[in-house]
Amino acid sequence: MSQVLAAPPATRRRNPARVLVVLGVVAALAVCAYLFLFVTGSWDFAMKIRSRQVLSMVLVGYATAFAAVIFQTVTNNRILTPGVMGFDSLFMLLQTLVVFLFGASALATLDPRLKFGVEVLAMVAFALVLFRWLFDRGSRDLYVLVLVGIVLGALFGGLSSLVSRLIDPNDFMTLQDVLFASFNNVQVDLLAVSALLVVAATAFSVPLLRQLDVVALGREHAVGLGVDHRRVVTRALIVVAVLVSVSTALVGPITFLGLLVANLARELVGTFRHRWTVPAATLVAIVALVGGQFVLARLLDYNSSLIVVVNFVGGIYFISLLVRGARL
Amino acid sequence: MSAPVTTGRAGDRTPRAAAGPAVRLRPVLLGPVLLAVAAFASLFVGVADVTPADLLRGDTATLEVFFVSRVPRLIAILLAGAALSVSGLIMQHLTRNRFVAPDTAGTVEWALLGILVATLFLGGQSVLGKMLVAVAFSLVGTFLFLRLLRRVRFTDMIVVPLVGLMFGGVVMAVTTFFAYRLELMQALNTWTSGDFSGILRGRYEIIWVVVAVMAVAYLYADRFTVAGLGEGFAKNLGVPYQLVINIGMVVVAVTTAVVTVVVGAIPFLGLVVPNLVTMALGDNLRRVLPITALAGAGFVLACDVVGRVIRYPYEIPVGTVASVVGAVVFIALILRTRRGAR
Repeated sequence: MSQVLAAPPATRRRNPARVLVVLGVVAALAVCAYLFLFVTGSWDFAMKIRSRQVLSMVLVGYATAFAAVIFQTVTNNRILTPGVMGFDSLFMLLQTLVVFLFGASALATLDPRLKFGVEVLAMVAFALVLFRWLFDRGSRDLYVLVLVGIVLGALFGGLSSLVSRLIDPNDFMTLQDVLFASFNNVQVDLLAVSALLVVAATAFSVPLLRQLDVVALGREHAVGLGVDHRRVVTRALIVVAVLVSVSTALVGPITFLGLLVANLARELVGTFRHRWTVPAATLVAIVALVGGQFVLARLLDYNSSLIVVVNFVGGIYFISLLVRGARL
Repeated sequence: MSAPVTTGRAGDRTPRAAAGPAVRLRPVLLGPVLLAVAAFASLFVGVADVTPADLLRGDTATLEVFFVSRVPRLIAILLAGAALSVSGLIMQHLTRNRFVAPDTAGTVEWALLGILVATLFLGGQSVLGKMLVAVAFSLVGTFLFLRLLRRVRFTDMIVVPLVGLMFGGVVMAVTTFFAYRLELMQALNTWTSGDFSGILRGRYEIIWVVVAVMAVAYLYADRFTVAGLGEGFAKNLGVPYQLVINIGMVVVAVTTAVVTVVVGAIPFLGLVVPNLVTMALGDNLRRVLPITALAGAGFVLACDVVGRVIRYPYEIPVGTVASVVGAVVFIALILRTRRGAR
């Protein structure tokens, strides 16, 4: 099974550096187009709003891409990503639980950054316990993991809506906008702290990247080559939990973005070294988010459908991965 | 990884407890009695105070609540629960995969798309129109899914529900996209989460359709069993394979669409209940079918009563409760299957 889904050997030899440069140029173009085209009204105001939006999309793109790439390495396949495994829904559930436990009205006066910090800590703890348990049980059976992950996502979603109904309905309605983000409702007061967390997570994981290259060979090989597999996996899971918290807190869940960009990046650069795949996936994610939002919101005036489009494309891509895997 | 069995998906359903008179009689007799008692008791659970004494006294306000809201609600609960569980059971037999149900094959999502289309072109009023369009869409979706399954022989039974869930997700993305554009998101939300609190006299009667459909399912039970054994086998026994498969799919599509139109989606019901019943009582379809119907009705009744009580006086939709309970049971089933297979 694992050899079916571990990505195919890179047949075409590409120069990863050149691919990165091209992707970087495209990403920069997308950002410029989003920022500077179709400005009506006050230039200063537009710049202020748009730069924040672009910054949050870049952060989300980076966090999602990075998390997806290292998660796929750790689980040693190309169809599992944090989004598919229900990480985003877990974070949504934790957000709801925090409101439920501490009371909506108390939280309204609380600094959102403090609340966010508590949620991220809870997320790391829960994700570690839950997914360690899952991987230890069924790590040999990929499809079981995926199916359990998807159903877990549904379970967390169901639990969040159950808990949100237990919160006083009136309180909940008034707070819903403040508590839950979307692309139209980016949580700006979390931008700075999110950027800080992303930088910290990156610094923490840079020394991991080389070891992750080895972990990508599979557990037995990694252990044979002297990598402390368990420790690397635990650290990677911590990084993933933090990154997913950041992106979900900023714009809400985007289930299939990570899956799309991680696989696309790997095919584009034709290598499995994280030194190349992580930046490539990040750039692809930025192109997808900023470019997609530019096309949908500015050109077509289809606001708020980017996530839906990503899920549509991602779902089809996921089916094709499953079908190809089944044919082999 | 278990070795792929000879012909594609075969061998996924290991018949448990052979047929014979093996279905133990006691639970079969106890079931209806328990369900009847619970159903009767549920008539007196709710925000408005309705007690048997008031009813007997003939208090008009109480009688009105009772006959306009409580009784229709109970009927809808029992019928929806029974019908969805039975259609899940039939789907599992016909696809020979324990994890295939209207919830994991995209049928529900196609029905939702159908309701959206009907609302667009026929307006929100015509329940019958909505139902017909929803039936048509879920038929199309179910057949597409079956074709996909036939084209691709999955060697692993777990992949089939995965593909089905994704298939449903893609259809749902289309529905959401148009619902956003047309500002129907709020309506879509009420269809996606099943809720019995809107069931009132005059607005639910169409759900009686499922009784006829279940009767057909019962008549065809043995043929479904034979068709489930495979095309070659069925033809050898003189069963018109394709016809039986088609009838089964019509049963599934009609029940799913009708329940989704009247109540909304009740997640994982058609998956979880038949699995639990066949685990306890074996695989003989004709024998298990009535019990599955009873169990499904009981399951939905329990979920609805929990939803009514847990945050009294507010109500939690049955879909929410069922999605939590159903997902937990589903995960347990998946993990259990694999442990047994290894």
